[in-house]
Amino acid sequence: MNNRIEVRKTHKLFIAGKFPRSESGHTFSWEAPDGAATANICRASRKDFRDAVTAARSAHQGWSSRTAYNRGQIIYRCAEMLEGRSAQFCEELRLQGASSPAAHQEVARAIDLLIYYAGWADKYTQIFSRVNPVAAPYFNFTVPEALGVVAIVAPRESGLLGLLASLAPVIVGGNTCVVLAAKDYPLCAVSLAETLHTSDIPSGTVNLLTGFRSELLEQFAAHMDVNALVYFGDDRDEITLAENSAADNVKRVTVCGTTEWEGTEALSPYSILRTQDIKTTWHPIGL
Amino acid sequence: MSDKETTLDFDTDWSYSPAPQSSTEVKLRDRYNLFIGGKYQPSQTKDYLEIINPATEEKLSEVPQAGAADIQSAVEAAREAYTHTWSPMPAADRGKLIFRIARMIQERAREIAVIETMDGGKPIRESRDVDVPLAAAHFFYYAGWADKLDYAFPGRSAQPIGVAAQIIPWNFPLLMAAWKLAPALAAGNTLVLKPAETTPLTAMVLAEIVREAGIPPGVVNIVTGGGETGQILVRHPDVDKIAFTGSTAVGKEIMRTLAGSTKRYTLELGGKAANIIFADAALDQAVEGIIDSIFFNQGHVCCAGSRLFVQESVYAEVIKKLQERMEMLIVGNPLDKNTDIGAINSREQLERIQAFVEIGKQEGGEVYQSKCNLPDNGFWHAPTLFSNVSQSHRVVQEEIFGPVLAVQTFRTVDEVIEKANNTPYGLSGGVWTDKGAKIFKVTREIRAGVIWANTFNKFDPTSPFGGYKESGMGREGGVEGLMPYVRLDG
Repeated sequence: MNNRIEVRKTHKLFIAGKFPRSESGHTFSWEAPDGAATANICRASRKDFRDAVTAARSAHQGWSSRTAYNRGQIIYRCAEMLEGRSAQFCEELRLQGASSPAAHQEVARAIDLLIYYAGWADKYTQIFSRVNPVAAPYFNFTVPEALGVVAIVAPRESGLLGLLASLAPVIVGGNTCVVLAAKDYPLCAVSLAETLHTSDIPSGTVNLLTGFRSELLEQFAAHMDVNALVYFGDDRDEITLAENSAADNVKRVTVCGTTEWEGTEALSPYSILRTQDIKTTWHPIGL
Repeated sequence: MSDKETTLDFDTDWSYSPAPQSSTEVKLRDRYNLFIGGKYQPSQTKDYLEIINPATEEKLSEVPQAGAADIQSAVEAAREAYTHTWSPMPAADRGKLIFRIARMIQERAREIAVIETMDGGKPIRESRDVDVPLAAAHFFYYAGWADKLDYAFPGRSAQPIGVAAQIIPWNFPLLMAAWKLAPALAAGNTLVLKPAETTPLTAMVLAEIVREAGIPPGVVNIVTGGGETGQILVRHPDVDKIAFTGSTAVGKEIMRTLAGSTKRYTLELGGKAANIIFADAALDQAVEGIIDSIFFNQGHVCCAGSRLFVQESVYAEVIKKLQERMEMLIVGNPLDKNTDIGAINSREQLERIQAFVEIGKQEGGEVYQSKCNLPDNGFWHAPTLFSNVSQSHRVVQEEIFGPVLAVQTFRTVDEVIEKANNTPYGLSGGVWTDKGAKIFKVTREIRAGVIWANTFNKFDPTSPFGGYKESGMGREGGVEGLMPYVRLDG
């Protein structure tokens, strides 16, 4: 039995609910810190990113018009799927260099983070909505609404918890997204895509790319059909490049520090609010 | 009804006697100075901008063109006041001082309204009934927030940010100053305000009020000048936050200037709002709303309903009613209380509007203008309506910022939603129908920050205002209007 030849996984991108290789044909090689494993990881191109934006845009109408209850249930379902695969994620985190207790803790926190945001789906609008007492006979109310398509540059430092902390608040609020995963921790990102694929989340709602920030950041920030950029990190050159490119379509840019995915900041309805727009509607009261 | 064709005939005795608002109590100075650190200071540049009345082209006064040294002392004064006076002050006291501003604007309301009209060209009816009372109301609303900020953001503690640089446009000079100052002050920030190049005079009155109200020196600083002055202010390293209202092009420039800095910013930019009339709307009411949505303040309104979509079956009727109503608009002396449409704010803006009308004609649009007599002096533009235009026409796509309406038709709800959203802007929108379900369908799907259903161009301090997409980011008004001026600590 010990002689069985293991079937290895091809690590692919996740775009529009499918698992393509990069259209560029490029990969980068990843090696476990202890040398126990290697893998060829897709090196997503700008074209892959554009395809992913198209998928995210097509998915937006459907995802944002789901009921809040339904979005909550689907994100809860993601947590269920992650729980069922926790052994696999622990193993991958260990391969990526985490100690066994640290790996277990990260998976547990990742699952709990999804549960936390699943619960916000039908509540954050209640926290952030208002009926405004205008000084005239009008009914006037203000509600948060999804911005649309959000490009996310996930934290470099964490392959699973950081990745989920960067995308959960975005999708719970009805946005769709394209996420660039941490280059040094790609295994969990690819497995997370497979997990999301089995969790009722509609195709195109989350698109996951692996690749190089240096090749993709500017496109993430400049794309005219992306409404917002959520960037994790503290590299001033990257931030300057991103904010400069974002001006082309007045894109909302949120810069999150390198630790915001793990602290209390990671669990907050204000994280949802950063990819929401605010709409106010007026109607006369009278005959 | 429809077989009995009626036409309103205004060729008879329909004329109004003049009803001019007296301007004798307005005492403008020949020259104003910068308001820095609680004192009036001449500019170190020694350059002055001539301020004219756009309705007469007569000089009203002159204001300094502030330069880098002036901005430096204004920001220093603001920093000093932030650190030592304003942010340490008990919040309730800050609130009481802001309440005073509201009251003093009310006390001097008529005088301020007249100055606003003389300086900017807007009808006295609008400055008297909209701009000035709303400005006072904004101060009154935010004054009350000063000692209640922790209730605005559940689970967080709201702290001031520091020194804010605030740059405002010429279309609602005092009101925009109020939108900027009131939330910034309530949250404990100090600021440097730059009014627009052509309309600084009510800000000069506001400086007097701020001083007389007992707001400590340096908390509010007002510097006048053009775009260059604004640039210096935006770039100043000791400014923590920028609040800008103006064109999308300048907004993008500000974003690029601030790229990589830790300065916060909010932008309230251009618009090209869709106003949608369904066949089941109360048409007379809707037509009244359309007139208000595009001709209010000469169309110098970022949220103006400059694109009209009329459901095909009522198109002919709506156009006829609109044209008849346009003929009734009184264009002329802004100080006359009967005037509906005043002067265009500047020669530059008039030429821009005229150029767009030319472009519209060349691209095949059919133009209708009301047959009003325009005065000889000053800057004037007749109410204008374009039909036979489509989505790709420049008068449909670009912000004109004048009394020019572009009318298109539609058949289905989905079609009009798609057309309405086919713009990089997303500031406002309007929908006219008697069906509640349709209102909620359309208002939900229009991608814009403010939507008026069966009304248009309504504003209130408690109601957030601001855009989606390229119309900007951040909100002014309401609880959301505090957000740009606070740091939320956990």
